[in-house]
Amino acid sequence: MSVKVSGLFKVYGVQKAVNGISFEAFPGRVLGFLGPNGAGKSTTMKILTGYLPQTSGKASVCGFDVNTHTLDAKKHIGYLPESNPLYPEMYVKEFLAFVCDMHQIKNPKTRIQEVIQLTGLGPEQHKKIGQLSKGYKQRVGLAQAIIHDPEVLILDEPTSGLDPNQLIEIRKLIKDLGKTKTVILSTHIMQEVEAICDDVIIINKGEIVAHDRLDTLLQKHHTQNIEPIFVALTKEN
Amino acid sequence: MLTIFIKELNSYFSSLVAYITIVIFLTAMGLFLWLFPETSILEYGYAGLDSLFDIAPYLFMFLIPAITMRSLAEEKKEGTFELLATKPLTDWQIVLGKYLAALVLVVIAILPTGIYYYTVYHLGAVEGNIDSGAVIGSYIGLILLGGAYVSIGVFCSSITKNQIIAFAIAVFLSFFAFSGFDSISQLLFLQKIDDIIINLGINHHYQAISRGVLDTRDLLYFLSVITVFLVLTKTILGGRKW
Repeated sequence: MSVKVSGLFKVYGVQKAVNGISFEAFPGRVLGFLGPNGAGKSTTMKILTGYLPQTSGKASVCGFDVNTHTLDAKKHIGYLPESNPLYPEMYVKEFLAFVCDMHQIKNPKTRIQEVIQLTGLGPEQHKKIGQLSKGYKQRVGLAQAIIHDPEVLILDEPTSGLDPNQLIEIRKLIKDLGKTKTVILSTHIMQEVEAICDDVIIINKGEIVAHDRLDTLLQKHHTQNIEPIFVALTKEN
Repeated sequence: MLTIFIKELNSYFSSLVAYITIVIFLTAMGLFLWLFPETSILEYGYAGLDSLFDIAPYLFMFLIPAITMRSLAEEKKEGTFELLATKPLTDWQIVLGKYLAALVLVVIAILPTGIYYYTVYHLGAVEGNIDSGAVIGSYIGLILLGGAYVSIGVFCSSITKNQIIAFAIAVFLSFFAFSGFDSISQLLFLQKIDDIIINLGINHHYQAISRGVLDTRDLLYFLSVITVFLVLTKTILGGRKW
């Protein structure tokens, strides 16, 4: 397995954001991370990417512990943060070159052209990031996440702000990437889960309330859609 | 570290920050040195650059915080710090890259004042009648002073998301570090330890180096100030509490 999380806790003051989560993710599969806002999805992802330190528990990526072998773990992760932070004053290619530099990629020029092709940035590649529409910014975010060909992709709401056509393209890209890599993505769009995920984790209030293959989960609950399952498991009582 | 350094330096020179700072610094220096009667070399009548090195610390007090205020505050505000922090970089590489880029900008601003040295050198009643040793010492002192201010500025930028707050605190801290200790040492009840207090201030060490004597104690003092503020910056960033 390439991502392993066991007994992960994150406490902010008195609030438990992540309350003892354990799961594994495997190459060649897309893992959907579902849950209401504030359930702890982003926090878990931030811990996995080595951005936030956890309160207790262990997390490792490709066999590298994110706390003790942070740099090695980070090398194997491509991460798209939820807010998709970018430098608006940089040109698209300049930004991608900067990211290549941080990853010490050989032949950055060819690799930049490749990811521009992959993410469909072609027509906008000569613009400044600040001039791009939200959908294209999202593609730049995705491009910087996959530029070093990481084994693990962690995407926090990768399709937010995309129009229906872009949605289809980006979902297809994620699905293609998921054939060889470990992909963990969070989303609020249930159709998206049905379209691209192989496995599903539903978390609520920092705890895992469902973790299964998508088809098994649907079978268990005798339904065709994930939405009723999500509502039933995460509804406030 | 080199990646961050180059990116920072690029962003200084692709925005107006670098040019404005350099132009303001050189214009102000030129005015004080040649035009304003109180500080003008021509009025002063001695072939020396003393007034340049007397005024520069006060100019830097405002200009350097203006350079450094956005370095970390903006990354935190825009969330791009998360982008940097999740790349295979250590926090130290980020901090040092940012620090060195701002320092290089300061050095670039200082360099053209070499023309003043050249001019004064030739203006001397006997050509070359200028204390070159003192000038070289003063330049080293000025760069060290700049280094200390930059470390204060970068630190202030790390404690807030708001650039204006970062600027204001950096100006105050730089001012205090430069001459605050001198003033405190004059308090009556501190008379007995005024030597120690004066020694804590930047001014004392800056003046010492300006005389053209590079004492390791002064060098060590500046390096300590820089190290302390950079360590503080790294610690604040490592906490990720914002």
